[in-house]
Formats: sequence, structure tokens, C-alpha cells
Amino acid sequence: MKSDALTIAGRSYPSRLIVGTGKYPTLEIMKRAIEASGASMVTVAVRRVELSRRSGPSLLDFIDTGKVALLPNTAGCSTAEEAVRTARLGREAGLSDLVKLEVIGDEKTLFPDNEGLVQATRVLVKEGFTVLPYTNDDLVVAKRLRDAGAAAVMPLAAPIGSGLGVQNPANLRIILEEIRDIPIIVDAGVGTASDASMVMEMGADGVLMNTGIAGAGDPVKMARAMRLAIEAGRLAFEAGRIPKKLYATASSPVEGIVR
Amino acid sequence: MADMTIVLNGQDRAAPAGASVLGLLETLGLAPGRVAVEVNGRILRREDFPRAILRESDRVEVVQFVGGG
Repeated sequence: MKSDALTIAGRSYPSRLIVGTGKYPTLEIMKRAIEASGASMVTVAVRRVELSRRSGPSLLDFIDTGKVALLPNTAGCSTAEEAVRTARLGREAGLSDLVKLEVIGDEKTLFPDNEGLVQATRVLVKEGFTVLPYTNDDLVVAKRLRDAGAAAVMPLAAPIGSGLGVQNPANLRIILEEIRDIPIIVDAGVGTASDASMVMEMGADGVLMNTGIAGAGDPVKMARAMRLAIEAGRLAFEAGRIPKKLYATASSPVEGIVR
Repeated sequence: MADMTIVLNGQDRAAPAGASVLGLLETLGLAPGRVAVEVNGRILRREDFPRAILRESDRVEVVQFVGGG
């Protein structure tokens, strides 16, 4: 049984898992992990070509762009202007309007600069981009991003690369309840399969992760675990869980017990 | 052909006068289909690489996709 697809800006993606391409031990392991994850979209960063180094194998040699969509990011940008410039370069390099928008406001936490984020979203939406902003778990900011034209909002579960899992489930629930017209994709902080299941059970439309897979002892195995966790969590959400009760309710008949 | 100096990814670099962006990429051994190029802050479309002629002191950025999250 398959859960339904993720739809972003009218385009449908079979998997609700989006994976990063950074920090893998090797590009070959990355390739196998992407396959094992079943992801239909992968993030990539935009960087200057290193001219001093002899060109080795290219990242794109290890990504089947016929099967997975590229989602260029603006990682490392700390102003709206930098992010807009990087997004434009990413669009030209990948010939796609998708962008994972990051405007970082603090180096130690990598928490987003919300003002810059909203500003850059407005500019890029006007230029025809499909903007997926990485933001913190704040409903007001999420609404501003939506109103600025974001195609989805991507609140963090915990700081990027921390693996802490959802640190503020109440905030995430509020965002999921209050924003119903565009997808909410949890981005950053997922450490293991249960973190991914948990946010999907809460009703998140998808999860984006990188370090949780790339940094695992066996990235390919963890990629498969995440795939199953996303599917399980989504199916549980669609099925509708039982209400929680403090006391027991017997599962077997109370009559006919042999005494 | 006389050389000129351009600023490529933040570093001075000699290039033959009248070189096109496509020519520069070929010299660098880069596939034009996998990079994006900005000249003096303006992003070029890929189909314009052959006819985009570089001039002395042009600031050129050549970027590509690398692993990231």
C-alpha cells in the first residue's frame, strides 16, 4: 500500500522524503543512499568551481536527474541579496525554478534570518521561482512566507546537522494546523527514523534531511530506514490514530472467561 | 593575440584577448552544460556563452553544483 504523493506548486513527487547530497563518505555511497531513500528530490549547493584543483568526478555524475529533481539551495548566504544571487545562479546551472531558500542569521546555530528570508522570497517569487524557504518553527514567519508566495514552508525540527529530533512539537503542530494551503516540509534536525515518523504522524507533508543519513554509520541502510519511517508515519497519519486514554480497555471479550 | 587579465572566481587570471565565455570554459576543461556563469554581476544564459566576449578586468564567476543539504 502506497501513501499519496507530495505536491509542490502543482508538480507531484512520489516520495515525501527529500535528501541532501552533502557530507557522504564517498559519492558512490551517496548514490546508493539516494536510491535506497527512494527520494524524488535532492538538494545541491551552488559553489565556485575550484580552479586550482584538477577536476575530479562531478556530483552530477552520481545523480540520476531523470529520476530525481534537483533542488539547489542558497546555503551559506547571510543576506537576502546573496541568497537571490545564488538562487539565480542555481537556476541557470540546473535549468529549474526550484530553490531551497536559506538566509542564515547566526553562524553558531544556523538559525534563519527571517526578515531576509521574507524579502528574498518576494523577489524570487516575482522572478518565477518555486521558493521553498528553510525557516524556524514560528507560525507568524511561516504565514509571512506563505503570503510572500512560498510554494512550501520548511520549518526546522532542530538546528541543522544536530540530529536532536523535534525540539518543539507544539510549535510544529500549530504550524501544521494553521497552514493548510501549502505543504509543510520539516527541514533539519532529524536524527533517526523515529524522528521522521513522528513528524509525518503529526501531519507534515514531507521531510528534508541530509546529515541524519550521510553521517550515519551505514548511510545506505539509514536511507532505507528513513524511507520506511516516512512511509509508515504518513500511513499512520492518513489512517488516523486512536485517542490516547489513561486507563486500559480490554482487547479480548470480557464474557466467557473460564473460571 | 595579446593577453588580458580577468578576475575569475576572485583571482586574477590571464586570458587571450577577445576570448568568449565558451572559450574560457573549454580552456578550463569545464562542461558548459554543468556550470552557471556571471560576468560583472550579470548571469549569462547558456546559449549566450559562445557570443559573450570577455574584456579586460571583467569579473567572472563560474559556479557548479556540489553536495549540500
